[in-house]
Amino acid sequence: MSGAIRSRARWVAAAAVLASGCGLLAACGGSAASGADAQSITLYNGQHVQTADNLISAFEKKTGITVNVRSDDEDTLADQIVTEGSHSPADVFFTENSPPLESLQAKGLLSKVDSSTLGHVPAKFSSPQGDWVGVSARVSVLIYNPSLISASKLPTKVSQLADSQYKGKLALAPQETDFQPIVTAYLRAYGKAATQRWLKAIQGNASGHIYPDNETIADEVNRGAVAFGIVNQYYWYRMRAEIGASATHAEITHFAAGDPGYVVDVSGAGILKSSTHQAAAQKFLAFIVSKQGQEIIGDPSKSISYEYPIGSGVTTQAPETPFSQLQPYPITIAELGDGSTAIALMRQAGLL
Amino acid sequence: MTTSPTLIRPGSPPPAGPGTATRPAVRARRARLPMALTAAGLAVAAVLALPLVFLLIEAHGAGAATVGNLIFRRLTADLLWNTVRLTVVVTAACAVIGTATAWCVERTNLPGRRVWAVLVVVPLAIPDFVVSFGWASLWTWVHGFEGAVVVMTLAVYPLVYLPVAASLRAADPGQEEVARSLGVGRARTFLRITLGQARGAILGGCLLVALVLLAEYGAFEILGYQTFTTEIFTEFSVSFSVPAACALSLVLILLSLLVLGGEGMLRGKGRISRSGPLAARQMPPHRLGRATLPALAGFVALTVLALGVPVGSSIYWMVARSSHAILGVSLMSSALHTGLYAAAAGALDTVAALPIALLAIRHAGRLRYLLERSTYLVLAVPGVVTAFALSYFSERYGGGFLYQTAPLLVVCYAIMFFPLALVGVKASLARAPVSLDEIARSLGQRRLAVLWRVTLRLAGPGLVAAFCLVFLSVVTELTATLLLIPTGVQTLATQFWAYEQNLSYGQAAPFALVMIAVAAIPSYVLGRFFDRTAHS
Repeated sequence: MSGAIRSRARWVAAAAVLASGCGLLAACGGSAASGADAQSITLYNGQHVQTADNLISAFEKKTGITVNVRSDDEDTLADQIVTEGSHSPADVFFTENSPPLESLQAKGLLSKVDSSTLGHVPAKFSSPQGDWVGVSARVSVLIYNPSLISASKLPTKVSQLADSQYKGKLALAPQETDFQPIVTAYLRAYGKAATQRWLKAIQGNASGHIYPDNETIADEVNRGAVAFGIVNQYYWYRMRAEIGASATHAEITHFAAGDPGYVVDVSGAGILKSSTHQAAAQKFLAFIVSKQGQEIIGDPSKSISYEYPIGSGVTTQAPETPFSQLQPYPITIAELGDGSTAIALMRQAGLL
Repeated sequence: MTTSPTLIRPGSPPPAGPGTATRPAVRARRARLPMALTAAGLAVAAVLALPLVFLLIEAHGAGAATVGNLIFRRLTADLLWNTVRLTVVVTAACAVIGTATAWCVERTNLPGRRVWAVLVVVPLAIPDFVVSFGWASLWTWVHGFEGAVVVMTLAVYPLVYLPVAASLRAADPGQEEVARSLGVGRARTFLRITLGQARGAILGGCLLVALVLLAEYGAFEILGYQTFTTEIFTEFSVSFSVPAACALSLVLILLSLLVLGGEGMLRGKGRISRSGPLAARQMPPHRLGRATLPALAGFVALTVLALGVPVGSSIYWMVARSSHAILGVSLMSSALHTGLYAAAAGALDTVAALPIALLAIRHAGRLRYLLERSTYLVLAVPGVVTAFALSYFSERYGGGFLYQTAPLLVVCYAIMFFPLALVGVKASLARAPVSLDEIARSLGQRRLAVLWRVTLRLAGPGLVAAFCLVFLSVVTELTATLLLIPTGVQTLATQFWAYEQNLSYGQAAPFALVMIAVAAIPSYVLGRFFDRTAHS
């Protein structure tokens, strides 16, 4: 028995040593990253990590300013910034879509972007108040699997998604911020009552194929689990770049010109009012809309962003429909807003 | 219930989890309640209450109208149905699998028991999102309710296995012998005596499973299964409204109160009697005989499903998919940070669980019972809510103190997984009979010295087990980590997430594999611990 007690005592001693050692080391691990000085900024990144990484390393090389990055879902980051309030460690917030930035702007948490930076981007892609700048753009498309549905059977208008012939064939990711703009556009085009009916119908048609994100829609359509869905165009390009053309069975197509389902989404960046590194943060924004920054976004050999560059006259080098030839539904950033009306309607319809 | 110190009523709350049956019946006198212990217990409970306080503050801020609209809508009924049926089915499945495997490993002559003892614990170390991803990427039918049942059962059954194995190991074999000698059949002996002895441990394990299911997010997101927790995440992510998400989280708290109450009622009916662990002795294992092959086949199948599929699909993705490199921290660095955070949280929790467990076991009473039970609620709070709570209190009352530093992240983990440590610590303290303390004290030892030299030494291995359980859970944590991790640092889980979000499955896979490897060490320790106690 005494042997048993001794061996247990060793366990305790080992655990205690391990615990105290680890506690110490863990504390060290934290302090290493927290030394922020004037020559470093903290970026809250809601954009795809690849896109942000390529921009950041080029920016660091050019300016010598270090960028500390935190990546998370853009909406969670927006919530986090609100919760952090005046002590937010964030200097810059970079998002995939405009609604998170619009929501922070409405709460008065963003400071004005330098007018020279705003000047690099067409005014319609940035905050009307000048609180954030547009960085890149994407367009909504239908992604479909030709072995499950032929192109001629696809809807040409987003309103047709409600047709009963698409029951069980349609995939949606209503939680994604990419879907709300289409609902907002629909609302603007057809009014509230029609939007409510339409949402109810597509909720039924997409039953069983409601996915958490666009990557999943692209993947599921590609492997034939569902016939078609709505995503932004770059998910298809990114998937193809990742898995190769031979494994890519899905295709994409646009809605009819000017249809409310044909929407351009803008990615943007803003600076927090609470930031104590305003000058360095402004430099970062200026860089990502500069020719060099925009070329990183638009050139598949520099990043696999596959988004459309929209600043400094740079055009995409990817083999996709040129941005200037897109014929999207005419809706402004301000009209897209923070998406709260669309969310309320989607909730009523049971999509959220 | 009376608080009379001289009686143990059958209905008095017994300790949860492993070793329930080992509580010495000799506990006749309750020691005087020490002030320091009570203060420490209250302090721990207060820290654990932070997420709940945060929820109430935020829900209050949201206003009655918003909360009403969110809760009384069509979706709520679906969510409630989804959440409840999944919790019931998975908990039942885990109870069966966990108990059956524990009995085979502990009580039979199953070949390779020592190996199985480790292998059946490892699935706990695989992140839920890796498990679901593995299944969903291989088979389309793994989706919705059926998918969620399969994936979650395979991911969390070790939470039942561990306490039940410990309890079976420590249980008094004499009762089975008596029953058999009185002519009771094998099956009835198993049902009446063996399961009866493990009953507290089974219930304790089921409680953990049910609470963990309530808070689960990653797996259900991938499987497209909506529960209250996925809806809370949606609320966080689409509406830019923390208050609304918090209001919805209150429903989860209500559900977990129901689970706790239900477990308490079931447990209350049980009777526990046994001599102290010092009287424990080996009993000859049951001979499986012709059942050996089916039993082995069952273990192989379980290992293939729970371990083989996620590991296999990770390797498949690593080999089969080309990938576009994105910058990331090295495997080494993220493995190191993961290990450090997990170890620190495990140590913190094991220490913090001591006062609560000591109060619950040595000084049982209604208020202390409620204090102890209240600490379980936190397990059903989604990690992201706990992280937001700490962020809120740090900003509001601390001027951002410690925010996004390692210590606060470790505290967050410690809060989230405290009940896992508590179960282990309580069970192991129950093994250290209070009579030994009393002898030591009567010999003039001071109270703290007694705690250190007698109680903790006896409880030592169980404390290591508690540490390991928390360690495993921290290794796979993602959502709270993303909020609170020091900027620029990555854990294995966050780096896996970053790659997976970029469809870089090939790059994500090694992180999943290292995560499993890092967590396999404590799994091995857990398995060996139970093995050791048998042979020491």
